[in-house]
Amino acid sequence: MIYEVFRQERKGQPFQHAGSVEAADDAFADVYAREQYGRRGESAALWIVPRSAVMEIHEFVDELNRNYHRVDGYPLKEKLKEARERAGTAAAPGDS
Amino acid sequence: MTDQEFLEYVQSGGQVEATDELPDDYRAKLIKFIEMHGNSELMGVLPEREWILRAPTLQRKLALTAKVQDEVGHSQLIYRVVEDLGKPREQCLDDLISGKSKFHNVFHYPTKTWGDVGVIAWLVDAAAIISQKALLKCSYAPYARIMKKICWEESFHILHGRDVILTLMNGTDDQRELVQEAVTRWWGPLMQFHGNPIDKEEDPMYIWRIKSQGNEEARQQFLDGYVPQIWELGLTVPDPELQKNDDGVWEYSEPDWDELKSVVTGHGPKSQDRLDLRRMARENSAWVRQVVLAEAA
Amino acid sequence: MNEQEQQLLLEIADDELILGWRDSEWTGIAPLLEEDVAFSSIAQNEIGHARALYELVARELGTTADELAFDRSPDEYRCAPLVELRLMDWAQTIARHYLYEEADAIRLERLKRSDDPELAGLAAKIDREEAYHRIHAQMWFDRLQGEPRFAAALDELRPQAAALLDSELRSEHTSELPELLEEMTMVRRSQPAGTKW
Repeated sequence: MIYEVFRQERKGQPFQHAGSVEAADDAFADVYAREQYGRRGESAALWIVPRSAVMEIHEFVDELNRNYHRVDGYPLKEKLKEARERAGTAAAPGDS
Repeated sequence: MTDQEFLEYVQSGGQVEATDELPDDYRAKLIKFIEMHGNSELMGVLPEREWILRAPTLQRKLALTAKVQDEVGHSQLIYRVVEDLGKPREQCLDDLISGKSKFHNVFHYPTKTWGDVGVIAWLVDAAAIISQKALLKCSYAPYARIMKKICWEESFHILHGRDVILTLMNGTDDQRELVQEAVTRWWGPLMQFHGNPIDKEEDPMYIWRIKSQGNEEARQQFLDGYVPQIWELGLTVPDPELQKNDDGVWEYSEPDWDELKSVVTGHGPKSQDRLDLRRMARENSAWVRQVVLAEAA
Repeated sequence: MNEQEQQLLLEIADDELILGWRDSEWTGIAPLLEEDVAFSSIAQNEIGHARALYELVARELGTTADELAFDRSPDEYRCAPLVELRLMDWAQTIARHYLYEEADAIRLERLKRSDDPELAGLAAKIDREEAYHRIHAQMWFDRLQGEPRFAAALDELRPQAAALLDSELRSEHTSELPELLEEMTMVRRSQPAGTKW
């Protein structure tokens, strides 16, 4: 069985995929992952998961450009320029 | 993506994963290249493991065992990548033992003295690390990622090698002679290690951005980094033509490309002995794999 | 530390050194790549334990750990015959591993209760590492339990395991020890005593 191994470099850091080990069962996977990814004390923690338990998603659909919930959906430069001109506080060229 | 689009994608720095569509030629070349690397790490263990048993201090014994352990660990990482590309580990080992697939030239030669232990960790590993660093940006991401771990672990190997060499050079005349004799003997294979100087634009490994550097570039880097280290210890290199030109390029006698070809096709001094050892160890332990992995299969 | 304690520590150190040496023979040729890595750590730990114990005794005797580990004659070593055997069959290696860890746990418990705080402290440290060895040995024991060759190996080796806890049973070395020591010391002996490596 293939087990995926995720490791945490230091406490507080995210767990990142580090690799995989082949093992007969959870007991072997524990020993083997511990050795491959922690024998030098280089990991604060490991998550070990049978590959079959990992679900993968790598296709996402956004056909109609739903930028209303992203930062790039809010280009404010022109509106800000207009508002400043109206208020007589138009910024010097070069200011944002 | 067409093959042409894929080529442009990787040549502009794009990376791919195991689940992506890969051109057949790319996949085939990738498997062959990565498999040879895995084979080399596994076979590279054999010249060194004899010296684990003969290490002259407890510290050296621990360091050498740990170094060899790392190499086995690297072969595990590498074969896992190959397996996820579609070629099972057992098939890789079958092909290695039958001679169908290859491993790097340096691991076909004998280790004769403790001097070899030092020279391997200092110079042979250095040559290998230069090649490995050129894989850190491999277009195939799973391989690039394990290369990061591999390069990180190799950093202690280099220091261990340097420590062994410097200790010998500061020791007795006999010890200094051990180092010189080993350097002299390993120089030929070292110069052949990075392969013949095929133009990188004609090297499929570079074209597909599997590696980011051509053979000659790697060799020049090796000479630039390590010839000064060799000379500063008062050691000599058995090549009267070896010198660095004003333009920074190292000149050297043409390596023996026939020797390289002969060796990697299994005719090196220790090729068959070592493959026989692998075959025997594998046969003797087949029952273990059956017991341990059978239920899982 | 009195002489009896020194002898006991040398027994344990010699056991760990020679067993570690034998276990390191598997590095590169173990049955599974992942196991190769794991078993190599066990071998390194054993040699590390030997070194720590030699250092304690070396201080008492005015020598060094390396000199104790390498420079004695074969009959001066106090290791049990069980650890001297070259066992290149995995069933036998695991059987020995299992039996050794079983006995070692008992002897470490005794040491942890020593009056000497430095020794008790070291025993506790070693024991914490050995906990992983015991887990590893048990894991393989559970897996190989149904295998006839494993049961046979345990039967064959169990009588020799008695010497691990009984110094009286350690008088006879096997014929394998001198050959092992010969190989172990060949590089070291090639230069005068005191040469740095």
